[in-house]
Amino acid sequence: MKQIPKKYHKRQPKPEIQRTKLAGGNFIDKIQAYRDQHAQALFSSLGRLVASPFTSIMTITVLALAISLASGFYLLVVNLKLVAGNMDAGDNISLFLKDQISDVSARHFADAVRRQSGVREVKFVSRQQALEEFKIHSGFGAAIDILESNPLPIVIQVAPSDALVKKSDFERLFNALKQAPEVDIAQIDTQWLERLQSILNLTEQAGNLLSVLLGMGVLFIIGNTIRLELHNRRDEVIIAKLVGATNAFIQRPFLYTGFWLGFISGVAAWFIVTAMMLILWQSVEQLSVLYGGSFHMVFLTLTETLSLLLASSLLGVVGAWGVLVYQLRHTKPDKS
Amino acid sequence: MLRFENVCMRYPEVGDVLRNISFHLKHGEIAFLTGHSGAGKSTLLKLIAVMERCSRGHIYLDGQDLTFAKERQIPYLRRKVGFIFQDYKLLQDRTVFDNVALPLVIAGFGHLEIARRVRAALDKVGLSGKEKKYPLALSGGEQQRVGIARAVVNKPPLIIADEPTGNLDPDLSAEIMRLFEKFQQVGVTVLIASHDISLISQMNHRVLKLDHGQLVAA
Repeated sequence: MKQIPKKYHKRQPKPEIQRTKLAGGNFIDKIQAYRDQHAQALFSSLGRLVASPFTSIMTITVLALAISLASGFYLLVVNLKLVAGNMDAGDNISLFLKDQISDVSARHFADAVRRQSGVREVKFVSRQQALEEFKIHSGFGAAIDILESNPLPIVIQVAPSDALVKKSDFERLFNALKQAPEVDIAQIDTQWLERLQSILNLTEQAGNLLSVLLGMGVLFIIGNTIRLELHNRRDEVIIAKLVGATNAFIQRPFLYTGFWLGFISGVAAWFIVTAMMLILWQSVEQLSVLYGGSFHMVFLTLTETLSLLLASSLLGVVGAWGVLVYQLRHTKPDKS
Repeated sequence: MLRFENVCMRYPEVGDVLRNISFHLKHGEIAFLTGHSGAGKSTLLKLIAVMERCSRGHIYLDGQDLTFAKERQIPYLRRKVGFIFQDYKLLQDRTVFDNVALPLVIAGFGHLEIARRVRAALDKVGLSGKEKKYPLALSGGEQQRVGIARAVVNKPPLIIADEPTGNLDPDLSAEIMRLFEKFQQVGVTVLIASHDISLISQMNHRVLKLDHGQLVAA
């Protein structure tokens, strides 16, 4: 027979409290019993929520509204960022040429600009093109016709290759173009984008703060719900304690109640947000068409949806847990 | 099995409730705990259930000192004691089966073992076939027997009964008492708190008498 290494014999049964003494069966049985306990707590807590639909729906609605507010704000920021991103983020430089420059020499100049390093694209707008665009978009077509000569200058739009990456290179290019003899005025079209960017950042920060506050609200609402539930089931808790239930055992169904509240509210919040987006969708698409149709609204992605559900479930469990730790320590079995 | 050594209990508001209590219940012994109301019976039982800690002295349950038991050990200590209450303390929204099964579920038994033991316990107290009933559908005597089945289902070495016959008529009381004697015969220690003098005198068992917090007869 094979010799069993000595170290396996060394293990002594734990002294004093023998947890296993009363629990029968082998290890597998215990694992199964433990799993059964969890399954039982999972479904009985859901059953309890269903058994008192009015209270449950009220609580879940409040939670769902809070969560959808936070996630709706998040989606708003995501979409606004997308809009801002769609607006050609490269800092374009517009060069307005002097009046006396002819079309031919202007084109030569444009070619020269195109050959410069750091220039990605050059768009040449002749006087005639500018005039036609102006007629179409401004609505002053008739007024323009009255004028004898075309008052508009030739414009060369320069898109730098990676302008935002290196600010100093961009400035050098801009100064070089500005000092060219053909150029009357040189303009950078970026300031408004920078402003928009900072407004967006501010909105995002506000959204994060709002989410934290609403998350805390969810935490406390769930905590209070669990506290009431614990109060209603005080007898049960006390009896369980008297027949030797550990706090972990007593907590379990309440933790699952917290989980369900959070999870169901998360699902409801997802539907609320998606419904709102669908309502707005048509209008946004119409608006997008007016601006050239480059923007399409985004909904919550799969990852974001899962994060939303995870976060709301976690808030439920944590809210319940906080209350349970405090309350169970103060729920002493008391006869009479 | 259960040993009290110079146990004192003092509540700040009331003063001394128990004074210098010492006694020893051996394995398989049955004893009555009696005394007028306010003599400290309930307090003594609370100490055994570790709902309260004694101010002085030592209590040994199955060789373990309750005085120094840590908070997280208490549940496991309570599993060694079956408690029976005057008001039964049953869960009204659970069936008889679920009520009796509770200690086993808590101790982590598998469901087959639970079913087997619950049926055995109900059989012992004469309630076979009532597993699916709810406590409110049972008579007082039957409810108390459910409580007893719950107390003995995980075979604790000690049973503590607090006025178990307080709400029952004499015939039912005698029946319950015979049940306790049956447990005693299989080696279970039983401590019954009661002020039913006639019942106690009918049965020839050890009597611990409390008077103003002192043990006057043991």
